Parts: sequence; C-alpha cells; structure tokens
Amino acid sequence: MIIPRLALRNLLGAGIRTWLNVVVLSFAFVSIIWSQGLLEGMNKQAADAMIHMEYGNGQYWHANYDRYDPLTLEDAHGAIPPTLQILVDNGKATPILITFATMYPNGRLQTVLLKGIDPNQSVMGIPGEFLAKSDAAIPALIGARMAKNTGLKIGDIVTIQWRDVNGTYDAQEATIVQVMTTSVQSVDNGTIWLPLKKLQNMTGMIGQATIITLAKGVEPPATNDTWQFENLDCLLKDLRDMVKSKSIGSSIMYIILLLLAMLAIFDTQVLSIFRRRKEMGTLMALGLTRVKVIQLFTLEGALHSVLAVLVGALYGTPLLALFAKVGWSLPENTDSYGFAIGDKLFPSYSLGLVVTTTILVMIVTTIVSFLPARRIAKLKPTEALRGRMA
Amino acid sequence: MKNDVIIETRGLFKRYPLGEHTIVALNDISLHFSKSEFAGLVGPSGSGKTTLLNIIGSLDSPSEGSATVLGNQIESLSSRKAAELRNHHIGFIFQTFNLLPVYSVFENVEFPLLLLGLSADERKKMVFEALEWVNLADRAKSKPAQLSGGQSQRVAIARAIVKRPAIILADEPTANLDAENSHHILKTMVTLNKELGTTFLFSTHDAKVVQYLRRKISLIDGHVASDELCQPA
Repeated sequence: MIIPRLALRNLLGAGIRTWLNVVVLSFAFVSIIWSQGLLEGMNKQAADAMIHMEYGNGQYWHANYDRYDPLTLEDAHGAIPPTLQILVDNGKATPILITFATMYPNGRLQTVLLKGIDPNQSVMGIPGEFLAKSDAAIPALIGARMAKNTGLKIGDIVTIQWRDVNGTYDAQEATIVQVMTTSVQSVDNGTIWLPLKKLQNMTGMIGQATIITLAKGVEPPATNDTWQFENLDCLLKDLRDMVKSKSIGSSIMYIILLLLAMLAIFDTQVLSIFRRRKEMGTLMALGLTRVKVIQLFTLEGALHSVLAVLVGALYGTPLLALFAKVGWSLPENTDSYGFAIGDKLFPSYSLGLVVTTTILVMIVTTIVSFLPARRIAKLKPTEALRGRMA
Repeated sequence: MKNDVIIETRGLFKRYPLGEHTIVALNDISLHFSKSEFAGLVGPSGSGKTTLLNIIGSLDSPSEGSATVLGNQIESLSSRKAAELRNHHIGFIFQTFNLLPVYSVFENVEFPLLLLGLSADERKKMVFEALEWVNLADRAKSKPAQLSGGQSQRVAIARAIVKRPAIILADEPTANLDAENSHHILKTMVTLNKELGTTFLFSTHDAKVVQYLRRKISLIDGHVASDELCQPA
C-alpha cells in the first residue's frame, strides 16, 4: 500500500501543477459525457417520437408493402386477419390503409400518400379527433411541413385524385381540417391523413389495410403469411444508422478532447522524467526498486484521472443535470438533418455512458502515464542521481 | 575477511566508454572497512571517490573485481536485491541534500521507514528521535524549501540515520555548506558514529572533513595512493 500512499502524497504535494492537469482532464471528461449525452438524447428523443407517432410496439405489414417503393402500394392491401382484428376491436392495434394519389394545391400537381386512419384510435399520436368531428365530405389532416410546402392551411379545399381497387381514376375535393405539428417527418411530408372508412370507400378496399400498428406494450400475436411483423429494431434501423453516421463527427470531438487531456498528462509525465530524475535517483538510493518507481510514477499520472472524475462530478453533475432539464434549443433548419427531435434537444446521460467514459479516461490516462514512466526502468540510479533536482 | 569487516573490495575496476576511448574511473582498488569506522575517500575531482562510493552503495556495479558489502556480492546482486540492501543497511547523504521537495521534513525522514513497512507509531517515534539527534524536531512540519543549507543537510543525515543502518555513505556532504554548518554537521556525524556504532564512509576533498576522519584513503586517478589512520581534531 506504500505506492498509492506515496503517489497521492506526491500528487497533492505538487499543488497547482496537479490541479491544472486535473481541471483540464475533468473538463474533457465532462465534455465527453455532454457530447455523447447529446447524441444519446438525439437517438432517444427521435426514437420516442417515432414510437409515439407512428410505430407503437411494432407494425404488421402487408406482404406486398415496401416502404421505399410507392409503386408497391397498388397491391399492398388486404383484409385484417382475425387475430389482429380482435386487437383492433379492443383498441390495442389500429389499421392504416395507404394508397398513392395526386393532389393539386393552388393549381400545382403533387404526388402524395393518402393514409386512412381510425379517427378514434389512440394507438398512434396522430390527432384523429379533428377528422372525427368534421362535417366535410373528405376531411383531411396534414402536417406543418406539408402545409408549408404546399401553401395549404386549415379550411382550404384541395383536389385529390386516386385510383380505386379496380384501377379506375377518381377525383374529389378534400378539406384541410387541421394542420398538426410533429417532429416526425414520415407522418408529415407528402402525407394526407383521411378517415379510414372514407378512404376504404373511396378506393373500394372495404375492411382492408396496408399496415396494422400495435399499441405500446402489446405483444405481437402470430398471424398468416400475408402479414409480416416488423419489430422496433427493424422499424428504427434507419434512424439508428443515421445516428451512427452522425456519431462519427461526435467521435472525432471525443477523440480530440481525450487527446487534449492526455497531452496534458503526457506532458506532465515527460516533464517529470526529466525534471524529477534526481528525485527518482534518490528514491532508488533510499531503497525503492525500479519496478516500484515505475508503479509510483504511473499511479501518480493515473490518479489525475481519479481526481478529475471527482472534480468533474462536482461541477459536472449539476451542470449536466441542468442541461438535461432545460435542453438545447435547435436552429430552425434542424429539420433538414432528418431527425425527429423537435425544436429542443434534451441530452440523455445513461449510467453506461458515464461508467464507460470514466473507465476509458482512467485506462487511457494510465497508459499515457506508463509510457514515459517506463523509461525510468532503463535509468541507472547513478544516472538518475546526476539529473537536476525539481 | 576478519569478523568485523563489513565492506571489502578486491581488484576493483570501473571503466566507462567515452566515444572511442575508455575512461578508467577505478583502477585495481582493494580495500576493507570495519564496523564503526569513520573513514574518508579523499582526492581531487575525477579521482574515483564517488564511483567507489556508488559501487559500495550498490547503486553501480564494478567492471571487474569484486565488492562485498555485509556479505553481499555487489557485482552479482539483482536490482531488487540491491534495493533491498540499500533499504535495510545503507544510508546515503548527498552533496545536494536530495530531499524530496513536496514532502515535509517529517515525511522526508519517515520515507525509509515507510519502505521498511514499520507501523505509524514506530515511524513517528523513530523520526522524532532522528530529528532530535540533528536538533530539528521543531522543524518537522517545514518543507525543504523553507530550510537553510545546513538544516537541509541535517535533515538528510536524519533520513540516513533514522533506520539505524550499518553503513552511511556521504558524498561530499559539506560541499554546499559554510564552515560553521560544516563543523556542526561533522560533529553530529561523529556523535552518531560513536553512539550508534554506524560505519561512516565519506567522499570528500574538503579539508574541514578530513580533520574529523580517523582513516584517510587518498585516491588519485582511480587508484589508492595512500591509506592511513589519522588522529581526529
């Protein structure tokens, strides 16, 4: 136990030199947790919003449905299987019918997806009640992005044209009954929400659906081959891939911060080798073995990280907690990033993140401290004693 | 070897490479030192005094010949065994004091006892005893930077003597001290030598030290020019 005691004594005895390093290292430590927390928060916030607005506890897709290919929609509809119908009847699932259409806002032509939803459902966060209470022949609900892109607003009437189940074109005027604000782009851009029964009647697809979304907490029952269950891992894969690609930039910042802190430790250790050579020689003359001298100097460096974690916790905990509560206001063009994170980003600091960062900082600091200390092993006591005293 | 001989060198050579040449620092040194001796290696700079002291102190090894210290063959000691020998049996006093700058006087003197694994109570008792010997008990909490040269060297003596080693090796201990402090330090060492029976071996070219020696070994160009007993002042 003598080495830890000596290392701590040396460290605290070095005064301002130690505390400068500790502050730099603690800053890197807190910054790493903050930046990684932003990324985790972005991931969590976007996933939560998508689950709430669109995915629930997963979706059953009609076998012909391909979300990346609108042309598949023509054949991607079918009757709701009995096992799922029971869930729908109990409010534990909701069917969505999707069809390809064309709209003519302000004389322009735009392709859209018509999505039929039960106005009284509560499985998804789509505000269907506006569809339920409207007297319009075809009440339509759109998102704020869609409204902005098309110039449509509440009360506007827009012509929509679609093909029914037999391939016959039909057109009618729909009334915009509500413009909803949502961070989830996939329920907004290029989408018009109509009452499910209305859309089924318009297309002749009575009692049919393209997707059936399960409510949160509902386990997916077995069904026939026509319907395939997509769990949240599949549904959120694109989001997670996108976060992963964004995390490269964050990783670079992570590495730069870590390198800066390590540079301070490495610099101190290298300086120690040259400035404290005589001290090392004295320690050896007093009976400390070379291995123990290496252990002492490595531990001295590594203890910087322990102090940095303590100091970082002291000012970082309230700072990061405040930041997690208040959030970070995002600029208006954040929508273009493709994330469903709204106008504020709330960092999320998991225990895993804190523990991993702590361990990483400690391991890297120890390695960085060991490398220059290893050079002592090659130093003869007589050579060390000839060095300058600190 | 007589029973009370604790240091013996036989045909000791130490050579250093210097570019294409070789410097012979020690040239066929054969000496022995008994328990409780107060002896000095005297000679000009470069005569090999410090090199011989370093070999006896197991900080260095000879190029040829043998050095036996308390029954340990220095040339065949592993670095761990050498550290163990220094830790238990040898105290060092350096020209530049070599106190550990971030430690207090107490902690500096305590250091060798920490390595010996003594309890806190034992350490405290022995440290204050050593500080009493050198009249510095009242400066136990001071840092080396707050001490004069004479006081620093007295702390170094306390650190060397605190573990009651068999041998104390002092390399130019008065080189950085004025006359008054030098005499004070040397008198302290003479007292410790008499009271504790510790063997003192000096390397010096200071006349003030020489007058306290009971044995003077003159080294010139790495070999023993004379080895004589003296009558201390």
